This record gives sequence, C-alpha cells and structure tokens, in this order.
Amino acid sequence: MSDALWYFARGSGVVSLVLLTVVVALGIGARSGRTAFNLPRFAVNLLHRNAALLAVVFLVLHVVSLLFDPYAQLRLFDLVLPFAGNYRPLWQGLGTLGLDLMIAIVVTSLLRHRIGARAWRAVHWLAYLCWPVALLHGLGAGSDNGTVWLWAISMVCVAVVLAAVIWRLTPHFTRFPQRAERKVAERLRPLEEVR
Amino acid sequence: MTRLHIDWTACDGRGLCAELLPELLAEDDWGFPIARDGSPSPAVPGPLEPAAQRAVDRCPALALRLLRDTR
Ligand code: HEM
Ligand code: SF4
Repeated sequence: MSDALWYFARGSGVVSLVLLTVVVALGIGARSGRTAFNLPRFAVNLLHRNAALLAVVFLVLHVVSLLFDPYAQLRLFDLVLPFAGNYRPLWQGLGTLGLDLMIAIVVTSLLRHRIGARAWRAVHWLAYLCWPVALLHGLGAGSDNGTVWLWAISMVCVAVVLAAVIWRLTPHFTRFPQRAERKVAERLRPLEEVR
Repeated sequence: MTRLHIDWTACDGRGLCAELLPELLAEDDWGFPIARDGSPSPAVPGPLEPAAQRAVDRCPALALRLLRDTR
C-alpha cells in the first residue's frame, strides 16, 4: 500500500511537469495571437487555461499522495512553507515554492476580472519562475533523480520551453499580433463581406 | 437590454471576441472588433448573451464588459 502511494506520487509529479510544460508553451502561443494547430485563437486560449487546471489536479494528487506516504513524512505546513522540510530540504522546498507560485497564478487567473489586467499580468509573469522551479524540484527531490527516463522527459520539457521562450523573445513577437486568417463559420461568411 | 461595452484603450486587437461572437462583431483590418450594427456598444439579444459572456471571459486584455441596464 505504501509503495503504491509512492509510485502514484512519482507518476503524478511527472505528469504535472509535462502538463506545466504544455501550459507554458500554450501560454506563449496564446500571447502570440496566432492561430495554432488549425485552432482559432480563443481555442488556444482555452486550451492553455484548461491544461493549467488539469496540471493543478495532478499537482494536488502528487502532493496529497506524498502527505500520506509514510516515507516522505510531510507535515501539513511543508505543503505551503518552503525549505522547512526534513528530507532534502532544498529540493523539496523548490516543490513547495512551485506549488505556492502555481496557486498564486491560477487563483489570480480565475479572478482576472475581479483584480484587473495589471495585477493579473504581474502575477502571471511568475509562470517563468514557476516552471524552472518545478523542473529542478523534479530532478532533485525525487527518488528517480538518477534515472534515464526522468532525465529524458525533463530534457524534452526543457527543449519545448526553451524553444517557446526564445520565440517569445524575438522582436516580431509584439503586443499587437500579426493578422492571421480568422475562422468564421461558413454560414456567416456573407456577413463578413458587408462589414 | 444588455449591451457589450468595448474598452478601446485596453483592447489589443487580438480578435478572440470576433471569433466567439461573429454574430455581433467583425474585425477591422487591424484586428480590432467593430460592431456589425455600427454602434460603439452593440446591443446583445437574449439568445446571444451566453456567447457574449464567453467573449467577455476570454478576452486576454479584459477589454469587454456586459452592461445590463434595466430599461
Ligand atoms: C486558470 C489558469 C490560467 C488562465 C485562465 C490563464 C490565462 C492566460 C491568458 C489569458 C494569457 C494571455 C494570453 C494572451 O495574451 O492572449 C496567459 C499567458 C500565459 N500563461 Fe497563463 N493562465 C493560467 C494558468 C497558467 C499557469 C499555471 C502557467 C504556468 C505556470 C501559465 C503560463 C502562462 C505563460 C507563460 C503565458 C505567456 C505570458 C507572456 O509571455 O506574456 N498560465 N495565460
Ligand atoms: S478579445 Fe479583447 S483584446 Fe481581443 S479584440 Fe476583442 S476586445 Fe480586443
């Protein structure tokens, strides 16, 4: 039983890192204002949001399974207060920090209309801190830190996020995106002509 | 009558709203939404309210608002 918890914690942790990688790439994709994978822009935006919520689900599973794991010996406040743990405090603390950042980003995003665009954007920049923190936590804290498969998955995640961030930093990535062909339902095409 | 208010100073012309609410909004050549009826804040007919709400929710610049005045 306790082994099952441990397997589950590792699995859900890896899944949330992969999802978080997808979320960052999609966030940058949404910010670009382009259509991607033949999806309209609002769908890229929604995909980003829903992937983030799914990442939260796996993150919660990861944390809760470790809370009940007899070996990890997490105390409740280890979930929110970073670097206080007994076991590899630095690496585990990075995980706690990542969780805190994740909560901040997601809660402010869900309350976007309440807190306003400026505050939301300011917190959302923390995404670029959250992701590397999560990656390092995964590589350093786990019992899988020497395994080939974890390094392989992590390196693919690094490649994806690096590519997205480099694209984000290119000068033609502006606040006002290039126009792309917009997707309009067939029956509304005639309306488009008369605008 | 519900109206869709567009905050032009906030709008980045990202075009999500015109994708979600093509019945009311078209895009100008720069991607900024223009109401098909030419009004600055177009009336939203009842059946389109859910779609209008979705456009409001998804706007990345938080530039859209639904105004519900009781007249
Ligand atoms: C409920 C959860 C979330 C919602 C509703 C949300 C929403 C958004 C929106 C609306 C944008 C702007 C897109 C645009 O300007 O068109 C964005 C950008 C972005 N998001 Fe999220 N987001 C969420 C969670 C997350 C999480 C958990 C992360 C990563 C830890 C993340 C990372 C990013 C990144 C990297 C960008 C691009 C920022 C930039 O460079 O300007 N988001 N998100
Ligand atoms: S979705 Fe928002 S930012 Fe984009 S065009 Fe519409 S109002 Fe402007």
